[in-house]
Amino acid sequence: MPQRVPVVENILSANDRLALENRARLDAAGVFAINIMASPGAGKTSLIEHTVRGLTGKLRLGMINGDIATSLDADRARAAGAAAVQINTGGDCHLDAVMVQSALAQLDLSALDLLIVENVGNLVCPASFQLGTHKSVLVASIPEGDDKPYKYPGMYRGVDAVVINKIDLLPYVPFRMDYFKQGIAALNPGVTQFELSCRTGEGLPAWLAWLEAQVREYRQAR
Amino acid sequence: MHELAVTQSVLDIALRRAAERNARRITDLYLVVGQWSSIVDDSVQFYWDIISEGTIAQGAVLHFRRVPAELTCLDCGQVYQPTSEELLCPQCASTRVRLRQGDELRLEAIDIE
Repeated sequence: MPQRVPVVENILSANDRLALENRARLDAAGVFAINIMASPGAGKTSLIEHTVRGLTGKLRLGMINGDIATSLDADRARAAGAAAVQINTGGDCHLDAVMVQSALAQLDLSALDLLIVENVGNLVCPASFQLGTHKSVLVASIPEGDDKPYKYPGMYRGVDAVVINKIDLLPYVPFRMDYFKQGIAALNPGVTQFELSCRTGEGLPAWLAWLEAQVREYRQAR
Repeated sequence: MHELAVTQSVLDIALRRAAERNARRITDLYLVVGQWSSIVDDSVQFYWDIISEGTIAQGAVLHFRRVPAELTCLDCGQVYQPTSEELLCPQCASTRVRLRQGDELRLEAIDIE
Protein backbone atom coordinates (compact mmCIF):
# COMPACT_ATOMS: atom_id res chain seq x y z
CA MET A 1 0.00 0.00 0.00
CA PRO A 2 1.65 3.25 -1.09
CA GLN A 3 2.09 5.91 1.53
CA ARG A 4 1.91 9.62 0.70
CA VAL A 5 4.86 11.60 2.11
CA PRO A 6 4.59 15.39 2.06
CA VAL A 7 7.83 17.00 0.91
CA VAL A 8 7.17 20.67 0.08
CA GLU A 9 10.70 21.48 -0.90
CA ASN A 10 11.86 23.93 -3.51
CA ILE A 11 13.34 21.84 -6.25
CA LEU A 12 16.47 23.95 -6.55
CA SER A 13 17.04 24.18 -2.80
CA ALA A 14 20.37 22.32 -3.02
CA ASN A 15 21.63 24.96 -5.42
CA ASP A 16 20.31 27.72 -3.16
CA ARG A 17 22.19 26.26 -0.18
CA LEU A 18 25.43 26.15 -2.14
CA ALA A 19 24.83 29.72 -3.28
CA LEU A 20 24.70 30.74 0.39
CA GLU A 21 28.05 29.04 0.93
CA ASN A 22 29.50 30.96 -1.99
CA ARG A 23 28.14 34.16 -0.49
CA ALA A 24 29.73 33.38 2.87
CA ARG A 25 33.05 32.78 1.18
CA LEU A 26 32.86 36.09 -0.68
CA ASP A 27 31.86 37.90 2.49
CA ALA A 28 34.72 36.36 4.46
CA ALA A 29 37.10 37.85 1.90
CA GLY A 30 35.17 41.12 1.59
CA VAL A 31 34.55 40.71 -2.13
CA PHE A 32 31.44 42.26 -3.65
CA ALA A 33 30.09 40.14 -6.50
CA ILE A 34 27.62 40.76 -9.32
CA ASN A 35 25.96 38.30 -11.68
CA ILE A 36 25.55 39.69 -15.19
CA MET A 37 22.87 38.02 -17.29
CA ALA A 38 21.57 38.69 -20.80
CA SER A 39 20.57 37.05 -24.04
CA PRO A 40 23.40 36.21 -26.46
CA GLY A 41 24.58 39.34 -28.22
CA ALA A 42 23.11 41.91 -25.83
CA GLY A 43 26.60 43.15 -25.01
CA LYS A 44 27.56 41.51 -21.71
CA THR A 45 31.17 41.11 -22.67
CA SER A 46 31.42 44.62 -24.12
CA LEU A 47 29.90 46.09 -20.97
CA ILE A 48 32.32 44.08 -18.84
CA GLU A 49 35.31 45.22 -20.92
CA HIS A 50 34.28 48.84 -20.46
CA THR A 51 33.67 48.22 -16.77
CA VAL A 52 37.09 46.64 -16.26
CA ARG A 53 38.80 49.49 -18.11
CA GLY A 54 36.77 52.11 -16.27
CA LEU A 55 37.40 50.72 -12.80
CA THR A 56 40.96 49.41 -13.07
CA GLY A 57 43.12 51.46 -10.74
CA LYS A 58 40.12 52.18 -8.50
CA LEU A 59 39.12 48.63 -7.68
CA ARG A 60 40.82 45.26 -7.91
CA LEU A 61 38.71 43.25 -10.32
CA GLY A 62 38.08 39.57 -10.87
CA MET A 63 35.94 37.80 -13.45
CA ILE A 64 34.21 34.50 -13.80
CA ASN A 65 32.98 33.84 -17.33
CA GLY A 66 30.42 31.21 -18.13
CA ASP A 67 30.52 30.07 -21.69
CA ILE A 68 29.29 27.03 -23.49
CA ALA A 69 32.60 26.13 -25.11
CA THR A 70 35.17 28.87 -25.64
CA SER A 71 37.41 31.07 -23.53
CA LEU A 72 36.96 34.05 -25.81
CA ASP A 73 35.14 36.14 -23.21
CA ALA A 74 37.66 35.44 -20.46
CA ASP A 75 40.44 36.37 -22.88
CA ARG A 76 38.75 39.69 -23.57
CA ALA A 77 38.34 40.35 -19.84
CA ARG A 78 41.97 39.47 -19.13
CA ALA A 79 43.12 41.70 -21.95
CA ALA A 80 41.18 44.52 -20.30
CA GLY A 81 42.99 43.95 -17.00
CA ALA A 82 41.00 41.58 -14.78
CA ALA A 83 41.93 38.29 -13.12
CA ALA A 84 39.67 35.94 -15.05
CA VAL A 85 38.51 32.34 -14.70
CA GLN A 86 36.64 30.64 -17.49
CA ILE A 87 33.93 28.08 -16.83
CA ASN A 88 33.01 26.05 -19.86
CA THR A 89 29.59 24.74 -19.00
CA GLY A 90 29.90 21.98 -21.58
CA GLY A 91 26.56 22.79 -23.13
CA ASP A 92 24.72 23.80 -19.98
CA CYS A 93 22.60 26.85 -20.56
CA HIS A 94 23.32 28.60 -17.27
CA LEU A 95 25.83 28.88 -14.45
CA ASP A 96 24.93 27.24 -11.16
CA ALA A 97 26.30 27.54 -7.66
CA VAL A 98 28.53 24.46 -8.03
CA MET A 99 30.31 25.90 -11.06
CA VAL A 100 30.84 29.20 -9.30
CA GLN A 101 32.14 27.41 -6.21
CA SER A 102 34.87 25.71 -8.23
CA ALA A 103 35.71 28.98 -9.99
CA LEU A 104 36.01 30.80 -6.65
CA ALA A 105 38.63 28.24 -5.61
CA GLN A 106 40.76 29.31 -8.56
CA LEU A 107 40.78 33.00 -7.65
CA ASP A 108 42.79 34.78 -4.98
CA LEU A 109 39.80 36.46 -3.32
CA SER A 110 42.01 38.37 -0.90
CA ALA A 111 43.36 40.29 -3.90
CA LEU A 112 39.91 41.38 -5.14
CA ASP A 113 37.36 44.09 -4.40
CA LEU A 114 34.81 43.35 -7.11
CA LEU A 115 34.00 40.04 -8.76
CA ILE A 116 32.01 40.11 -11.98
CA VAL A 117 30.31 36.86 -12.94
CA GLU A 118 29.30 36.72 -16.58
CA ASN A 119 26.50 34.22 -16.97
CA VAL A 120 25.77 32.18 -20.09
CA GLY A 121 23.86 34.13 -22.74
CA ASN A 122 20.28 33.06 -22.13
CA LEU A 123 17.08 34.82 -21.04
CA VAL A 124 15.40 31.84 -19.38
CA CYS A 125 17.53 29.55 -17.28
CA PRO A 126 20.03 31.74 -15.40
CA ALA A 127 17.20 33.41 -13.47
CA SER A 128 16.42 30.17 -11.63
CA PHE A 129 19.93 29.50 -10.32
CA GLN A 130 21.23 31.58 -7.42
CA LEU A 131 25.03 31.86 -7.52
CA GLY A 132 25.75 33.62 -4.24
CA THR A 133 26.52 36.99 -5.81
CA HIS A 134 25.32 40.12 -3.99
CA LYS A 135 23.51 41.75 -6.90
CA SER A 136 22.31 40.63 -10.28
CA VAL A 137 22.20 42.75 -13.39
CA LEU A 138 20.31 42.14 -16.62
CA VAL A 139 21.71 43.60 -19.83
CA ALA A 140 18.97 44.24 -22.38
CA SER A 141 19.60 45.77 -25.78
CA ILE A 142 17.55 47.78 -28.22
CA PRO A 143 17.71 45.37 -31.22
CA GLU A 144 16.26 42.55 -29.09
CA GLY A 145 12.92 44.34 -29.14
CA ASP A 146 10.69 46.02 -26.59
CA ASP A 147 8.67 42.89 -25.78
CA LYS A 148 11.37 41.06 -23.81
CA PRO A 149 10.04 41.83 -20.30
CA TYR A 150 6.71 40.36 -21.39
CA LYS A 151 8.25 37.25 -22.92
CA TYR A 152 10.81 36.58 -20.20
CA PRO A 153 9.20 37.80 -16.97
CA GLY A 154 11.26 35.48 -14.78
CA MET A 155 14.45 37.16 -15.85
CA TYR A 156 13.22 40.70 -15.31
CA ARG A 157 11.69 39.95 -11.91
CA GLY A 158 14.77 38.81 -10.08
CA VAL A 159 17.39 41.44 -10.89
CA ASP A 160 18.68 44.50 -9.01
CA ALA A 161 19.50 46.56 -12.09
CA VAL A 162 18.63 46.62 -15.78
CA VAL A 163 21.16 48.00 -18.26
CA ILE A 164 19.60 48.98 -21.59
CA ASN A 165 22.47 48.76 -24.06
CA LYS A 166 22.86 49.91 -27.69
CA ILE A 167 20.75 53.05 -27.29
CA ASP A 168 22.68 54.48 -30.25
CA LEU A 169 20.48 52.18 -32.38
CA LEU A 170 17.19 53.74 -31.20
CA PRO A 171 16.78 55.85 -34.35
CA TYR A 172 17.11 52.78 -36.56
CA VAL A 173 14.96 50.08 -34.99
CA PRO A 174 11.36 50.08 -33.79
CA PHE A 175 11.55 50.10 -30.01
CA ARG A 176 8.86 51.61 -27.77
CA MET A 177 10.85 52.60 -24.69
CA ASP A 178 7.66 53.43 -22.72
CA TYR A 179 6.17 49.98 -23.45
CA PHE A 180 9.46 48.30 -22.49
CA LYS A 181 9.67 50.27 -19.25
CA GLN A 182 6.03 49.60 -18.36
CA GLY A 183 6.82 45.91 -18.50
CA ILE A 184 9.80 46.40 -16.20
CA ALA A 185 7.72 48.54 -13.82
CA ALA A 186 5.12 45.80 -13.50
CA LEU A 187 7.67 43.05 -12.94
CA ASN A 188 10.27 44.82 -10.86
CA PRO A 189 9.03 48.14 -9.46
CA GLY A 190 11.73 50.69 -8.75
CA VAL A 191 14.57 48.60 -10.19
CA THR A 192 17.69 50.64 -11.01
CA GLN A 193 17.98 51.29 -14.75
CA PHE A 194 20.74 52.52 -17.04
CA GLU A 195 20.46 53.51 -20.67
CA LEU A 196 23.81 53.36 -22.38
CA SER A 197 25.80 52.47 -25.45
CA CYS A 198 29.01 50.50 -25.19
CA ARG A 199 29.80 51.63 -28.73
CA THR A 200 29.58 55.40 -28.18
CA GLY A 201 30.26 55.39 -24.43
CA GLU A 202 27.08 57.37 -23.74
CA GLY A 203 25.65 56.56 -20.32
CA LEU A 204 28.63 54.46 -19.18
CA PRO A 205 29.77 56.88 -16.44
CA ALA A 206 26.46 56.50 -14.56
CA TRP A 207 26.77 52.71 -14.65
CA LEU A 208 30.39 52.81 -13.43
CA ALA A 209 29.49 55.27 -10.66
CA TRP A 210 26.64 53.03 -9.50
CA LEU A 211 28.86 49.96 -9.42
CA GLU A 212 31.57 51.80 -7.50
CA ALA A 213 28.97 53.03 -5.03
CA GLN A 214 27.68 49.48 -4.56
CA VAL A 215 31.16 48.28 -3.64
CA ARG A 216 31.65 51.26 -1.30
CA GLU A 217 28.33 50.68 0.47
CA TYR A 218 29.09 46.98 0.79
CA ARG A 219 32.40 47.73 2.48
CA GLN A 220 30.88 50.29 4.82
CA ALA A 221 28.22 47.81 5.89
CA ARG A 222 30.82 45.20 6.87
CA MET B 1 16.36 24.29 -21.20
CA HIS B 2 17.56 23.66 -17.66
CA GLU B 3 15.26 20.69 -17.16
CA LEU B 4 18.11 18.23 -16.65
CA ALA B 5 19.34 20.14 -13.58
CA VAL B 6 15.79 20.44 -12.31
CA THR B 7 15.06 16.74 -12.87
CA GLN B 8 18.28 15.73 -11.12
CA SER B 9 17.26 17.84 -8.12
CA VAL B 10 13.81 16.24 -8.05
CA LEU B 11 15.40 12.80 -8.01
CA ASP B 12 17.89 13.77 -5.27
CA ILE B 13 15.15 15.18 -3.04
CA ALA B 14 12.83 12.20 -3.60
CA LEU B 15 15.55 9.62 -2.93
CA ARG B 16 16.63 11.42 0.25
CA ARG B 17 13.07 11.63 1.59
CA ALA B 18 12.36 8.00 0.67
CA ALA B 19 15.54 6.87 2.42
CA GLU B 20 14.43 8.67 5.60
CA ARG B 21 11.34 6.44 5.58
CA ASN B 22 13.21 3.28 4.56
CA ALA B 23 11.04 3.05 1.45
CA ARG B 24 11.59 0.21 -0.99
CA ARG B 25 10.05 2.03 -3.91
CA ILE B 26 8.87 5.46 -5.01
CA THR B 27 5.74 5.11 -7.14
CA ASP B 28 4.54 8.69 -7.70
CA LEU B 29 5.90 12.24 -7.46
CA TYR B 30 3.76 15.38 -7.25
CA LEU B 31 5.34 18.50 -8.72
CA VAL B 32 4.04 22.07 -8.63
CA VAL B 33 5.25 24.06 -11.60
CA GLY B 34 4.43 27.73 -12.06
CA GLN B 35 4.02 29.13 -15.56
CA TRP B 36 6.83 31.65 -14.98
CA SER B 37 9.27 28.99 -13.79
CA SER B 38 9.82 28.18 -17.49
CA ILE B 39 9.90 24.42 -17.04
CA VAL B 40 8.63 22.12 -19.78
CA ASP B 41 6.87 19.01 -18.41
CA ASP B 42 7.75 16.80 -21.36
CA SER B 43 11.46 17.53 -20.98
CA VAL B 44 11.38 16.70 -17.27
CA GLN B 45 9.60 13.44 -18.09
CA PHE B 46 12.17 12.67 -20.79
CA TYR B 47 15.13 13.19 -18.44
CA TRP B 48 13.32 11.43 -15.61
CA ASP B 49 13.00 8.19 -17.59
CA ILE B 50 16.77 8.23 -18.13
CA ILE B 51 18.16 9.34 -14.79
CA SER B 52 15.75 7.43 -12.52
CA GLU B 53 16.80 4.14 -14.13
CA GLY B 54 18.39 1.79 -11.63
CA THR B 55 17.09 3.74 -8.60
CA ILE B 56 14.12 2.91 -6.37
CA ALA B 57 12.26 5.63 -8.27
CA GLN B 58 12.54 3.90 -11.61
CA GLY B 59 9.17 3.83 -13.33
CA ALA B 60 7.60 6.29 -10.90
CA VAL B 61 4.85 8.47 -12.33
CA LEU B 62 5.41 12.23 -12.42
CA HIS B 63 2.29 14.31 -11.74
CA PHE B 64 2.51 17.94 -12.75
CA ARG B 65 0.26 20.57 -11.23
CA ARG B 66 0.56 23.57 -13.51
CA VAL B 67 -0.01 26.97 -11.90
CA PRO B 68 -0.85 29.83 -14.28
CA ALA B 69 0.76 33.21 -13.60
CA GLU B 70 -1.69 35.53 -11.82
CA LEU B 71 -1.14 39.15 -10.91
CA THR B 72 -2.96 41.31 -8.38
CA CYS B 73 -3.36 45.02 -9.08
CA LEU B 74 -2.32 46.99 -5.99
CA ASP B 75 -4.43 49.96 -7.07
CA CYS B 76 -7.83 48.44 -7.91
CA GLY B 77 -7.51 44.89 -6.58
CA GLN B 78 -8.14 43.21 -9.93
CA VAL B 79 -6.73 39.69 -10.20
CA TYR B 80 -5.78 38.69 -13.73
CA GLN B 81 -3.61 36.47 -15.89
CA PRO B 82 -1.02 38.43 -17.88
CA THR B 83 -0.43 37.72 -21.55
CA SER B 84 2.84 37.67 -23.46
CA GLU B 85 2.02 41.18 -24.74
CA GLU B 86 0.53 42.84 -21.67
CA LEU B 87 1.36 42.89 -17.98
CA LEU B 88 -0.53 46.00 -16.88
CA CYS B 89 -3.82 45.78 -15.01
CA PRO B 90 -6.53 45.29 -17.68
CA GLN B 91 -9.02 47.24 -15.55
CA CYS B 92 -7.12 50.39 -14.55
CA ALA B 93 -3.83 50.11 -16.54
CA SER B 94 -1.75 50.37 -13.37
CA THR B 95 1.82 49.08 -13.38
CA ARG B 96 1.62 48.62 -9.59
CA VAL B 97 1.02 44.91 -9.65
CA ARG B 98 2.26 41.91 -7.74
CA LEU B 99 2.64 38.26 -8.68
CA ARG B 100 0.10 36.17 -6.74
CA GLN B 101 1.16 32.81 -8.12
CA GLY B 102 3.02 31.30 -11.01
CA ASP B 103 6.70 31.17 -10.01
CA GLU B 104 6.47 27.89 -8.06
CA LEU B 105 8.92 25.08 -8.60
CA ARG B 106 8.30 22.60 -5.80
CA LEU B 107 8.18 18.92 -5.10
CA GLU B 108 5.04 18.68 -2.98
CA ALA B 109 4.79 14.98 -2.12
CA ILE B 110 5.91 11.50 -3.04
CA ASP B 111 4.17 8.14 -2.76
CA ILE B 112 6.36 5.38 -1.38
CA GLU B 113 6.06 1.70 -0.62
